[in-house]
Amino acid sequence: MYTISNKLKTFSIILIVLGVLGVAYGFMTSHKSLEEVKTMLAQDGAHGGGHEATTEAHVVAGVENQDDNTHDENAYDATADVEQGSHDDGHAAHVQEQLAKRPWSAMYVAAFFFMMIALGVLAFYAINVAAQSGWSPLLNRVMEGITAYLLPGAIIVVAIAVGSHYIGHHNEIFIWMNPDVVADDKLIQNKSSYLNIPWFIIRAVIFIGGWSAYRYFARKFSIAQDTAEPGDNRYFKKSFRIAAAFLVFFIYTESIMSWDWVMSVDPHWFSTLFGWYVLSGMLVSGVTVIAMVAIFLKSLGHLPLVNDSHIHDLAKYMFGFSVLWAYLWFSQFMLIWYANIPEEVTYFVTRIEDYNLPFFGMLVLNFLFPLLILMNSDYKRIPWFVMMCGVLILVGHYIDVFVMIMPGSVGDQWFIGIPEIGSILLFAGLFLLVIFSSLAKVPLTVKNNPFIKESEHFHY
Amino acid sequence: MEVSSKVIHAIYTDDDVLMAAVKKVRAERYHIEEIYTPFPVHGLDKAMGLAPTRLAITAFIYGVIGLAVSVVMMDYIMIDDWPQNIGGKPSFSYIENMPAFVPIMFELTVFFAAHLMVITFYLRSKLWPFKDAENPDTRTTDDHFLMEISAGHNIDEQFDILRNTGAVEVTLIDKAH
Repeated sequence: MYTISNKLKTFSIILIVLGVLGVAYGFMTSHKSLEEVKTMLAQDGAHGGGHEATTEAHVVAGVENQDDNTHDENAYDATADVEQGSHDDGHAAHVQEQLAKRPWSAMYVAAFFFMMIALGVLAFYAINVAAQSGWSPLLNRVMEGITAYLLPGAIIVVAIAVGSHYIGHHNEIFIWMNPDVVADDKLIQNKSSYLNIPWFIIRAVIFIGGWSAYRYFARKFSIAQDTAEPGDNRYFKKSFRIAAAFLVFFIYTESIMSWDWVMSVDPHWFSTLFGWYVLSGMLVSGVTVIAMVAIFLKSLGHLPLVNDSHIHDLAKYMFGFSVLWAYLWFSQFMLIWYANIPEEVTYFVTRIEDYNLPFFGMLVLNFLFPLLILMNSDYKRIPWFVMMCGVLILVGHYIDVFVMIMPGSVGDQWFIGIPEIGSILLFAGLFLLVIFSSLAKVPLTVKNNPFIKESEHFHY
Repeated sequence: MEVSSKVIHAIYTDDDVLMAAVKKVRAERYHIEEIYTPFPVHGLDKAMGLAPTRLAITAFIYGVIGLAVSVVMMDYIMIDDWPQNIGGKPSFSYIENMPAFVPIMFELTVFFAAHLMVITFYLRSKLWPFKDAENPDTRTTDDHFLMEISAGHNIDEQFDILRNTGAVEVTLIDKAH
């Protein structure tokens, strides 16, 4: 039986402490006076790198000679002077709010990222149980352990979302929570029967309640099956039934959750495949963490029966879900890019202009690297190789969540600095502490599961 | 070289028995020429000690060629030869219109990889349309498994070993007619 080592415990606590310090630093430095913001913006302008400088006048001379497509810098200056004169105060106040939102958003992105891993693992676990897969029972306890983070993680996500409205002044992550914004915004007013705080919380309670109830019973039946008489598969059948029911509940709630917790940061914008997109991200991060935890526990000698074919299978899922994610990302991007409808395309215009490096960088991390690194069959069996690729995938999917949330809350006032890294450390520490405490509670290998023999002899 | 033209055909009716037999025969250091099965038997290539296939490497190369062909082709068709207005984006720049070409890149990558891989497989296996089957026993297309090993000096001993591995039928075949 696995016991959480003191080293790991201390490591997690150090992460949490460092994280709290980083987050506190973020909050202390985020509240700037209007004067400070104006000075900051003036300095940015003086460097010539202000975020408004992306406006360029294009002079198209002809088809054949494209050298004449010059960027006329003077044309920009003329309009910019007019802009700056009339909107200076308004703009500075807006940037002031964005700066105040940054530590909240940084916490939210990290909290959502780790919650998403636990939820992805829960879905992956339910799929394997419902499919009665023969290869996976040896990993059941690892998956159950990781899902322990779901309940605290999801509560934290909702608490940060709602807390950012009630604590502080106008620093809510979701602008539809701000009554002043809604008062001036016809589009959000039309959606306010759905996008309002009480209904948001009720939906969150339904999601979290349903997921946690499944997690509670799945864990209970799994442990009960351990001590069942040989040949008594009652608890196994029960876990099969609730897994199938959960998957139906999950696919609806996951989709609605992704609208509520992610898509509504841009309340004007919507995408019909957003739920699938978030789902693919959570599945690939979840499978990656299963593989990493399994490799870690195996290296300590705790999962002696997990062989390299199990790792190979997990790595195949990492590869496959990475490609699925890229497919969904591109499906969403290309249709909007091609149609070029103003209210839809703003989503990508903001991201390409203000988030160019993370937006395209995460494509490399989440698609190109896994595709090339995990393509070779033999590499999927090498633990350190899977670990390295797992780190890249996790970094990539953190940036994916970052690019989904940040443009809607802090706009172009983003940076991956102390508040962001502090938040990652805080929730990473909490995540490790929760999942490894849960892993230490019961034996890491299930007993009396009718498929356990098949899993032990699993061979590719 | 009278002996080397002779082979022994051992027929099995079960793939698990066949797998065990392959291991036994290899342990006795007899050379397995070929095995004919009605369906692909998982792990048989490893048990026979065959070198791993390099078909995957060729598939990757073909995929890269397909990708390159699609990039060059779309650049020529849509940008160079007869510039097209794509979705109201008349920039006439390949990179700015690239997202519209991604489905084509994907399709041609898959097309090249799949077709050239099949052709490579045929060439490597010496197969072509209308080729006469080299199958020594038609029952291997139904429910029997045939192992062909080269006959050594002590044929009686080989027969005994093969019968002991569960072969239902063992025959000596002279290939040189």
